Amino acid sequence: MESEKVVEKRVVIQNKLGLHARPAALFVRTANRFKSEITILKGKHKVNGKSIMGLMMLAAAPGSHLIIRIVGPDAERAMEEIEKLIDQNFGEEASET
Amino acid sequence: METLHGIPVSPGVAIGKALILHSEDSFIVSKTEIRPDEIPKEIVRFEESLTKTRSELFGIRKKIAQDIGHEHSDIFSAHLLILEDRTLIEDVFSKIKNENVPAEYAFSVVIQRYFHAFAQIDDEYLKERVADIKDVARRIMQNLRGEKKDSLMHLKDEVIVVSHDLSPSETAMMDREHVIAFATDIGGPTSHTAIMARSMEIPAVVGLDRISKEVSNGDMMIIDGNRGIVVIDPDPLTIDRYGREERRFVELVTELDKLKTLPAETLDGYKLQLVANIEFPDEIPSVIAHGAEGIGLYRSEYFYMNRTDLPLEQEQFEAYRNVAEQLAPKPVVIRTLDLGGDKFLSSLDIPQEMNPFMGWRAIRFCLARVDIFKAQLRAILRASVYGNLKLMYPMISNVVELRQANQVLEEAKKELREAKIPFDEKIQVGAMIEIPSAVLISDILAHEVEFFSIGTNDLIQYSLAVDRVNEKIAYLYEPTHPAILRLIRHTIDNAKKAKIWIGVCGEMGGDPAMALLLLGLGINQLSMSAFALPKVKRAIRAVTFKQAQEIASRALEFTTGEEIKRFAEAKLKAVTPELFEE
Repeated sequence: MESEKVVEKRVVIQNKLGLHARPAALFVRTANRFKSEITILKGKHKVNGKSIMGLMMLAAAPGSHLIIRIVGPDAERAMEEIEKLIDQNFGEEASET
Repeated sequence: METLHGIPVSPGVAIGKALILHSEDSFIVSKTEIRPDEIPKEIVRFEESLTKTRSELFGIRKKIAQDIGHEHSDIFSAHLLILEDRTLIEDVFSKIKNENVPAEYAFSVVIQRYFHAFAQIDDEYLKERVADIKDVARRIMQNLRGEKKDSLMHLKDEVIVVSHDLSPSETAMMDREHVIAFATDIGGPTSHTAIMARSMEIPAVVGLDRISKEVSNGDMMIIDGNRGIVVIDPDPLTIDRYGREERRFVELVTELDKLKTLPAETLDGYKLQLVANIEFPDEIPSVIAHGAEGIGLYRSEYFYMNRTDLPLEQEQFEAYRNVAEQLAPKPVVIRTLDLGGDKFLSSLDIPQEMNPFMGWRAIRFCLARVDIFKAQLRAILRASVYGNLKLMYPMISNVVELRQANQVLEEAKKELREAKIPFDEKIQVGAMIEIPSAVLISDILAHEVEFFSIGTNDLIQYSLAVDRVNEKIAYLYEPTHPAILRLIRHTIDNAKKAKIWIGVCGEMGGDPAMALLLLGLGINQLSMSAFALPKVKRAIRAVTFKQAQEIASRALEFTTGEEIKRFAEAKLKAVTPELFEE
């Protein structure tokens, strides 16, 4: 029996255009590879990290702070992969600001 | 009969029956209730509509990849992810279960919540994505309703497609043989609808606001893609008038086809160069079909609009090279970046101005942002070895700007020489004459360049102090105002003295009566929209140069713009009665 884990991290979006369609699609594809529930919080907004519509609606501009909360058996691995994506600016240029 | 005004984005006239693709109302569903035992059936129905939509999108993606190329088919990947969106699907399921409503209603409420939320976002790029979501949502809705889709795929009769908007997935599946025009509620010159219409060479008017709601299937309508006019349910007189215009246009094009290889030459052998204005490379086939001898104005602004990043030198180089190669050995004049005024840019942060037409725009902007300017100049220079390219600077108001611009050009040339990148060392450089001060010092400016191009639209606006987008004072916008003719004559005379060539690239050159005047004043080149070329060529071939000179000098004796206009039109009618009605 796998154990339920809760991982939570604060991240800053730093790619040039923020979390627009292409990075959101990448995020969602990565998130969907894991069993855990992935929730993204931005201010008072809370969306499912496996939903492209939800993620795009957050309209996370460069510099926005997000909280990523992952609950489930593969939470740690999921967080690792997602952090990597954000650290690498979704393969885009970094914002100048 | 009702007349609507929109933005003309693809020239020509079409008369035919409307086919409504969709209006904005597609997502409005009235609420009905279902029995609790019907809930599982509704859930299955919704799932089936998603499956069906997915296989449709795969089909379209495959067709686009075959027809156009893989890079274009990639835009449907985001579409497909939307279909798999768990939050969206769960929301619809729970609405069906909790409220006892059919799948159509549940989906319409959920999806409209998303549309609404997206509309609130203060981010132009994301707002545009709403179009993709709507495209997918519309397909799901049509599948739920069991509606026939891709109604544009197998058409029996010719139709005018009327829609709120047109998406790439819709135009990709269109039966091109039977679609004769487009009319849409939204869109601009760079919208997908506009680009598609130009490449299909059919007339299109966009930005009509409510056309998709005001027209019904089968309604008779006229699309005037030259003027941006749509007539719904036209009376017989109007149909007749447009019908004649269309026939005359076809006759003229047929006639011009015979003249295509002949120059625009007067009866006594004076040659004028007739060239076309373009904004997008996809207009080139039409330009060539209309017998243009080159391109007199290639607007380069579209690179900078509707995007969030700056275009790279390489991207511009490839586009310029493509245009140069397609036209070679015919000349192509590229106007360097003319942003500001009525042309906004999305990639650069330019503050709103009180008086943008007189503000930080065109060459003023370029000289302040040498990085952007030099990247464009390098791209033009690199492309110059692939054809016959020339470049010109817009909005020159004094000689210092011209010298500074040429200085940046020299730096760009030096960099390329050092990097051993080839370019045309003798590339011609011109100045646009569109500000009265430039006209008055055109003798000074002529020493710095190889040609002049008079931009009549702005010259009229600045000389007569008439904002050309203000309808209340539109009557003051007179190309035949005596002051305008004097300014043009002055510029031409100074160009002749300095032995440089001179052209006109505003709307004025595309009017056959005005073309005769300009010919008489000694202009060397007229650049206009491709569709105007046949008429102008016809007019020029109907007079002697001496006649045109007489028309011009007589015209300059009148005291009002109205008199000059009537006089020039009467002269045109005398030599080419076939260009007039009746």
